[in-house]
Amino acid sequence: MSGHSTYEPKNAFSKWLDARLPVTRLVWDSFVDYPTPRNLNYWWTFGGILTLCLGIQILTGIVLAMHYQVGGATAFNSVEHIMRDVRHGWLIRNIHATGASMFFIAVYIHMLRGLYYGSFKPPREVLWLLGCLIYGIMMATAFMGYVLPWGQMSFWGAKVITNLLGVFPGVGQSITTWLWGGYGVDDPTLNRFFSLHYLLPFVIAGVVVLHIWALHVVGQNNPTGVDPKSKADTLPFTPYATAKDAFAMSLFLIVFAVFVFFLPDAMGHADNNIPANPLQTPPHIVPEWYFLPFYAILRAIPDKLMGALAMFGAIGCLFALPWLDTSKVRSMRYRPTAKICFVIFMVVCIILGFCGANKPDDQVIPGLAGFMLLDANANSWVWLSRIGTFYYFLYFLVITPMLGLTETPLPVPETIASPVVANAEKKG
Amino acid sequence: MADTAQETHAPVQDDPSRRDFIYIAAIAAAAGGAVATVWPFVDQMNPSADTLALASVEYDLTKVEPGQQVVILWRKQPLFIRNRTPEQIAAAIKDDNAAMKDPQKDEARHKPGKAQWLILLGSCTHLGCVPTVGGGEYGGWFCPCHGSVYDTSGRIRKGPAPLNLAVPEYSFLSDTKVKIG
Repeated sequence: MSGHSTYEPKNAFSKWLDARLPVTRLVWDSFVDYPTPRNLNYWWTFGGILTLCLGIQILTGIVLAMHYQVGGATAFNSVEHIMRDVRHGWLIRNIHATGASMFFIAVYIHMLRGLYYGSFKPPREVLWLLGCLIYGIMMATAFMGYVLPWGQMSFWGAKVITNLLGVFPGVGQSITTWLWGGYGVDDPTLNRFFSLHYLLPFVIAGVVVLHIWALHVVGQNNPTGVDPKSKADTLPFTPYATAKDAFAMSLFLIVFAVFVFFLPDAMGHADNNIPANPLQTPPHIVPEWYFLPFYAILRAIPDKLMGALAMFGAIGCLFALPWLDTSKVRSMRYRPTAKICFVIFMVVCIILGFCGANKPDDQVIPGLAGFMLLDANANSWVWLSRIGTFYYFLYFLVITPMLGLTETPLPVPETIASPVVANAEKKG
Repeated sequence: MADTAQETHAPVQDDPSRRDFIYIAAIAAAAGGAVATVWPFVDQMNPSADTLALASVEYDLTKVEPGQQVVILWRKQPLFIRNRTPEQIAAAIKDDNAAMKDPQKDEARHKPGKAQWLILLGSCTHLGCVPTVGGGEYGGWFCPCHGSVYDTSGRIRKGPAPLNLAVPEYSFLSDTKVKIG
């Protein structure tokens, strides 16, 4: 899509600058004159929303770091200090903490949009891989950020997740000791997590630049999955995409503000308001909501090593997706069977989230006695998460490769513009 | 009213002032929102509530011998509490009408009837260094950074500093106890 530049410097200064550093030309070609498919729907606004989220997290994070005091003895109290004493500290921290959840809501919508419309298929594999990489760094950043307030959930979350890396035979213990910098999660762990939590968002920003670069090389996918073929298929980025993005961002920020001002603790855990205590584990350890499906997959498998491998494998499936999907048709709009399997997949992810939030042995349907199936009651969250885990991998490893070879897709339009034109003619 | 009824039937694009109004309203709302958003991020750098709460300290003056100066921390800054000898007080009063950058009588520098006690911020009014007690030709203070000389009343007599050493807000709780701040 990166064709001939239409930028024309208008005054003497912009001509002078353009000959030395064509940054205005770059912005013009990327965000003003850039041709976007004319049929992009609101699911395509989440890229811009995610950029906004990253900006908000970096800005509020830099402010919080001005007041936060890293260290086992000071971290918890300094967060209270931010909440009570620092001017507008409550607001800035609520934006940062809620912002993490909003960031993940947006990234999951963005990823599901990519899955549904086949945005990972050739020639967009590198674009997709960069996105998966961003998602991976995001998870690491969010996890380390959650440790910083040094409450009970911070401490025990850190302990459980770092212990997860101890499963690898032989080297596991050395890895965890290296991560901790001690015999367990302690001050050195907190200090390095703070350092990395500050660093990684800038790494994300760097990969985002690559992500957008790759996007502008291959061009945006669109709801039909058909490549734009002529000028009739595209519209300039400004004003069409900018206005649509701005409107979607405004709606997103309204939801964001509702959480910041009215439900700031809705996505956190009460236990994290208790200072970290290495002598006592909270009665029920759960990660933040955005990790729950993976946490459920981890617990679904009754073997420590296999559980951890399944959890990492679940994320690994996303990286492998461009080579797992065999369908020539990008958009599921024209793949009725794939559409059904995808909807089930989304429901399964949500169910896995609930599985991760509940205690494994609790009853799914209260009051139903159930029966023992191998090692656990059939009416328990652990069995539900096993079914969910089974479908999760079935979807990526069996359904996606097989369906592309066996299904008969609906007729795909010749061009992006043709169904629009046909509809208009039908209506007269 | 007849005109109004006609206008509502006309296509919207025929009335450019409506569109202008929308633009202006949207930009004004965005600008207001931007300012309201930026302000907390600027204001958060101002002193927090717990810093401002470090308001006052009390000090027992019996710990200061005549001729001695004690430096204490007040609001995390040095504070001079000097027990002046009669000679030092006399020297200060003698110079009350001398030519000075920041003319002030000695009696304005201490509480009435408490000429012995001089309580000053220990921060040179030039660039904030801590002046050395007893230094300089007036026996008051001498700032080692850029050579400002203060007399025994803490008034600037020589050097680059523009103002006398500042007197903080304080009061005597009893003859031997002061509350600063």
